[in-house]
Amino acid sequence: MHIVVCLKQVPDSAQIRVHPVTNTIMRQGVPTIINPYDLFALEQALQLRDTHGGEVTVLTMGPPMAEDSLRKALTFGADRAVLLTDRFFAGSDTLATSFALSSAIKKISETWGTPEIVFTGKQTIDGDTAQVGPGIARRLDLNQLTYVARIAEIDLTEQTATVERRSEGGVQTLKTNLPCLITMLEGTNTMRRGSMPDALRAARAEVVKWTAADAGITDLTKCGLKGSPTVVKRVFAPTPRSERAQLIDLAGLSNDEIGEKLMAEIFARQPGLEAELEKTAAGY
Amino acid sequence: MSNDATVKTPAPQGGRAGMKKELSEEFKAYKHVWVFVELERGEVHPVSWELLGEGRKLADKLGVELAGVVIGAPGEAIKVAAAEAFAYGADVAYLVQHEALADYRNDPYTRVFTELVKTYKPEILLLGATTLGRDLAGSVATTLLTGLTADSTELAVDADGSLAATRPTFGGSLLCTIYTLNYRPQMATVRPRVMAMPERRDDRIGRVVEVAPNLVENDIVTKVLSFLPDRESAKSSLAYADIVVAGGIGLQSADNFQHVKALAEVLGGEYGCSRPVVQKGWVPVDRQIGQTGKTIRPKLYIAAGISGAIQHRVGVEGADLIVAINTDKNAPIFDFAHMGLVGDATLILPALTRAFRARLSVNRLAS
Repeated sequence: MHIVVCLKQVPDSAQIRVHPVTNTIMRQGVPTIINPYDLFALEQALQLRDTHGGEVTVLTMGPPMAEDSLRKALTFGADRAVLLTDRFFAGSDTLATSFALSSAIKKISETWGTPEIVFTGKQTIDGDTAQVGPGIARRLDLNQLTYVARIAEIDLTEQTATVERRSEGGVQTLKTNLPCLITMLEGTNTMRRGSMPDALRAARAEVVKWTAADAGITDLTKCGLKGSPTVVKRVFAPTPRSERAQLIDLAGLSNDEIGEKLMAEIFARQPGLEAELEKTAAGY
Repeated sequence: MSNDATVKTPAPQGGRAGMKKELSEEFKAYKHVWVFVELERGEVHPVSWELLGEGRKLADKLGVELAGVVIGAPGEAIKVAAAEAFAYGADVAYLVQHEALADYRNDPYTRVFTELVKTYKPEILLLGATTLGRDLAGSVATTLLTGLTADSTELAVDADGSLAATRPTFGGSLLCTIYTLNYRPQMATVRPRVMAMPERRDDRIGRVVEVAPNLVENDIVTKVLSFLPDRESAKSSLAYADIVVAGGIGLQSADNFQHVKALAEVLGGEYGCSRPVVQKGWVPVDRQIGQTGKTIRPKLYIAAGISGAIQHRVGVEGADLIVAINTDKNAPIFDFAHMGLVGDATLILPALTRAFRARLSVNRLAS
């Protein structure tokens, strides 16, 4: 079977700092990583390939340096990597991104065969929108399975997929036809350590680089800023609250006295709370 | 290059095309504010009422109607949901009933929703950023080729009548305000508990518009084989708890997290944590509070050993009373907490637990 996994290279958000005066992101020196949510999709894809045979193609859209993330995916065992990179993609919102990625997936299908499954992570850590996966599914008319916790069965003879999907109030078991798009839930598997042969292969492997034209995109007005219906008008730092916390003086108090004092202060500020706790709290 | 709405650099003022509203004749016909009423397995997710409260404000500012869209199986539940939508502020309820809509499935829901939008042309469309709402919103926006701002934390109507949706960006270090200037409808999702629950008024009534969907079950490829409900409902979960106690890496070890759980238990509340605690593996991800976790609005929030990064702050700002315990008097959490203690949470939490336990059991015996 052929599986396409969409990845995104993201700044390691734990290390992002904001310039205190200009309110701009200080990008220098911030390391980039594969979006952590995407690794669950990649590992799931590799497991399916190991079971059913076939190939895993990883795809990303990004600047030339996003090649690093693709090469990393090759060391984990992906068979092929495609980097979609072009200045026309700059400033893409979720709609323009799903257009570019779905165009590339069409081209991948023509070149290496139609994928039975397209995987994405459930969301990225820098955008947090969770909208690009559904966008790709819609554009390619793939059956959409989001927040998948477990793949129960892939039947290549019948061309069906049965999955357990995390829904708001429980777990839905869904059965659909291939091809489908799956967004994988976090914590559903553990990324393998790449093998030595894979690492050696990845170091030598060619990452396929496609421009918009290479991906078969003729209408550039659907790309980048032009193709993005959303407009970011303002970026700003949150305003601090006018008053800082009222600090409670602990000088000379024992721990038990601190507990008593804090409880008294809480009840003083929230007078209704004590009566409510009487009703609801365990209180033993 | 960036590939998300949220990581775009804002265009220079007045410089670039597309920064000014230029609506086509077709889109000028789009009016009214819609809220998707998330009815699943007979129950409406409370985020839908929170959105009706917010939608009411937007509709009043624009001088238009507020409508709730309820999609589901024919029966009592969908009628009750429509009546409740009026109680929470809707003027109109669109009811789409069909057996094929009994369980949420992306394909039929996307089809009936996009048809509804094309027919009745709302200018603003709001959905809860739940697993269902996010699944549906992305499909609807892509089908309609319009803009969608995910996980908004503030919604406003600006001077020219455009929807200004503000959301955290860069992992919650900054906020950005996003517009869909030239396409309709303007779509946004909002997470549960970000907006306050509006007052319910059961004497309010509205107009019901029944829409018969053109669906045949045999045309729908995806089938629901089974559904295993969670033990706890949305209302009883962390997001909707009245009292929340949470811990951060200031607690220093996974073992010390027991102090957080003990206090939460005595108070009859829920426990939560900050993102670094999840990353360390001390506590499962469903307990995470903040931009990438749950948003909470409890009456009392006690944050122990949490520094208070913006990503955490946006998830707790709706709390009535925030009490912070941290050894660092310069921790950002003291900038938005109401009450603060500079000290060791691993000592203060057990002391506070003892105090509450003693007080509550004494009062209980006396009554």
